Amino acid sequence: MKPTLSELAVGQNIGSRSIDVTRTDLVKYAGASGDFNPIHWNEAFATGVGLPGVIAHGMFTMGSAVQLVSDWAGDPAAVVDFQTRFTKPVPVSDTTGTAGAVIEVSGAIGALDAEAGTARVDLTVTSAGQKVLMKAQAVVRLA
Amino acid sequence: MTINPDLQGRSYPAKEVYDVGREKIREFARAVKATHPAHFEVDAAKALGHSDLVAPPTFAIIVAQRADAQLIEDPDSGIDFSRVVHADQRFIHHRPIVAGDRLVAELHVDGVRAMGGGAMITTRSEIFAVAAGAATDAAREAVATATSSILVRGEGQ
Repeated sequence: MKPTLSELAVGQNIGSRSIDVTRTDLVKYAGASGDFNPIHWNEAFATGVGLPGVIAHGMFTMGSAVQLVSDWAGDPAAVVDFQTRFTKPVPVSDTTGTAGAVIEVSGAIGALDAEAGTARVDLTVTSAGQKVLMKAQAVVRLA
Repeated sequence: MTINPDLQGRSYPAKEVYDVGREKIREFARAVKATHPAHFEVDAAKALGHSDLVAPPTFAIIVAQRADAQLIEDPDSGIDFSRVVHADQRFIHHRPIVAGDRLVAELHVDGVRAMGGGAMITTRSEIFAVAAGAATDAAREAVATATSSILVRGEGQ
């Protein structure tokens, strides 16, 4: 069932999810996106430039966080505008068999625009208790 | 090395065409842990009214970062890539990106602001679809606008 604009209210939750991240995920994202910056896969390089260790691509976090919205909307193409600020890095530990980091995503309706036929979903995205994205907003076109 | 303040207002014209393939959409979707069938099954995408597999909402970053590379790799820009931090990102979709699209990106440097010893640089990629066999400057359709700010950290930042 796709959500309809008239049945939504500002403040309503659209759900939440927890995303396990491993170093393998970062290597896969590097390959899929073409972003091979070594801070996302090379520990020595990352610490050498003052980072706590290998960190996730900001675009990995942004791209995985929006899946909650795609699935809720029923069509990924309904997301017509999506923005965020990257406020804190997501360090990903070198693990085997367990997550190297966990990203927690939840979404709520931030605004409704009946004229434009859109709803704005505000995402709260945290890892290790810290907000890693700010002003993460997805505008969704709904019937 | 310092950031060239004259970068503001500079544009880089569309270069090579990016062909959006089904397997690339699937690969990117898996990489961002997307599971919606419209990224994987043509029939599911068609059932939603799309002509082919639909790209995830952040897929345009592939095309935008290729365009950004022109600026970062421009020896005249003064940007040290190892000191670049992604500060913010926005995608405005004028229409969905689907498999079979032939995309080109025109890059505009909208802002250059000194911050400490570094600089915040805002770029905008205007992404267009071009018809098969058409030159990049032929009739084109607006597909997405990707805006990105990068912070180039100064020495000791």
